[in-house]
Amino acid sequence: MAQEIIEVPITGKIISVNVKVGDEVKEGDTICLLESMKMENPILAPVGGVITKLEIGMEQVVKPGDTIAIIDY
Amino acid sequence: MFGLFETGFQFFYWGNLLMLLIGGALIYLGIGKKMEPLLLVPIGFGILLVNLPLGGLMDYELQVTNTTGVPGKVISIEVDETSRIGEDDVVLKLDSGEVLAPIYGRLKEVTVSPGQEVEPGGVVAVMITTAQTPLPTTPVGLLSRVFAFGIMWQIIPPLIFLCLGALTDFGPMMANPKTLLLGAAAQFGVYFAFFAALATNFFMPDGFSIAEAASIGIIGGAEGPTTIYVTSLLAPHIIGATALACYSYMALVPIIQPPIINLLTSKKERAIYMKPQLREVSPVEKIIFPLTASVIVILLVPMSAPLIGMFMVGNLFATSGVTERLSKTASTAMIDILTIFLTLAIGATMSAENFLLPKTLLILFLGIVAFATATAAGVLMAKLMNLLSKEKINPMIGAAGVSAVPMSARVVQKMGQKANPRNFLLMHAMGPNVAGAIGAAIAGGVFLGMIG
Repeated sequence: MAQEIIEVPITGKIISVNVKVGDEVKEGDTICLLESMKMENPILAPVGGVITKLEIGMEQVVKPGDTIAIIDY
Repeated sequence: MFGLFETGFQFFYWGNLLMLLIGGALIYLGIGKKMEPLLLVPIGFGILLVNLPLGGLMDYELQVTNTTGVPGKVISIEVDETSRIGEDDVVLKLDSGEVLAPIYGRLKEVTVSPGQEVEPGGVVAVMITTAQTPLPTTPVGLLSRVFAFGIMWQIIPPLIFLCLGALTDFGPMMANPKTLLLGAAAQFGVYFAFFAALATNFFMPDGFSIAEAASIGIIGGAEGPTTIYVTSLLAPHIIGATALACYSYMALVPIIQPPIINLLTSKKERAIYMKPQLREVSPVEKIIFPLTASVIVILLVPMSAPLIGMFMVGNLFATSGVTERLSKTASTAMIDILTIFLTLAIGATMSAENFLLPKTLLILFLGIVAFATATAAGVLMAKLMNLLSKEKINPMIGAAGVSAVPMSARVVQKMGQKANPRNFLLMHAMGPNVAGAIGAAIAGGVFLGMIG
């Protein structure tokens, strides 16, 4: 099985987490919302698969390169 | 007479009603649809206030003089305080000719009486108007004073630029200086609309003058304060239409831009992946940029100094690390206060007599042409850069060169994610976005240098 690591693209704050470990997601599903530059930016699943790791939580301040989630597909 | 029993109804006409509906529609879009509420709500209310006759908020006093060129004796007075006066209506008859109203409005007082001799240039009456006219007027209302001393004296728009500077992060542009080209390319929309406005003279007997055309073209810069600044200096009588076009189309960027981007790019191009992380820009670079940019741009285009100078000093407040208080004030309370004054006064320039003209529709049309061509030029420039460069960029980021910070960057971000969920183009789009703001101010300065 291949793994896809979703990384934080821009410094900001997580304002909603829309999945949990074990969830099945389709390509384009929203993983979380990242507030940055006064905008709510959805972070989308780049591939369809199962969430095997989730490294973010609500209100967490994140920086570029931090892992958001890992999808097995 | 103005008194207890006088109401606005006697001066109220269908044009006022139509403008109340337009003002109401803007307020609805702001509150109901959350479209640029900080701008559209006060503009809409300003429109409402100026279209309630006798409210006086946007009134100017104007002297009517004997324009016949020869002395004359007053035969009859043709208007009174209870009637609306149109431009060129006869105010009074002299035995040497007729004195016409120089502008629309209403009569405040007649200063002569029948039989009295009036010298050429002698004052015969005082009128009240809500028009922004090059004629000598005295603002006597709350908002006309704000407009005259805040906008016509070119104080508020440059100060708003200072605040925008404090809010702007040039980091993405500095991390990828190529994006400056995209911001510059989008200014094509400004010049296209300028020439399109001038071309109206080929098929209209009374087309746009060069000063009006420049004020219309600058709508394509998608920067409200720049549009207002340039129009106030070149063609203040159309400032309501150009400002409304600019602010409305900025609010409509998510509707205007996607079809143009889709038309000019393939699905494959829209899906081009760009690494989200840009080069880290050091604090020293961020301090040096506003200083060097001011020196270079103002030396090249001196007339852009009020806008670029204020923009860059505001930015220096934000980047210097030692003027946090100034930066905080500029980016919060100060910009809010200035926005309230600017938008209410701009709304109040849209009296029915001023706004409901065939030319207004043409200005609104040319404004959207400016936005559309600016978007197209940005995208096409990005495609050209891809042809010449090994490192491909997503051509959609060119559309953010129209400025409209940060709406157009947001549009690009959204479309980029839709085409390829891996993409996160926001920071890449912010580069051309802020470059577009600088480009618009420079384009305005070029117009002022050429025409002003």
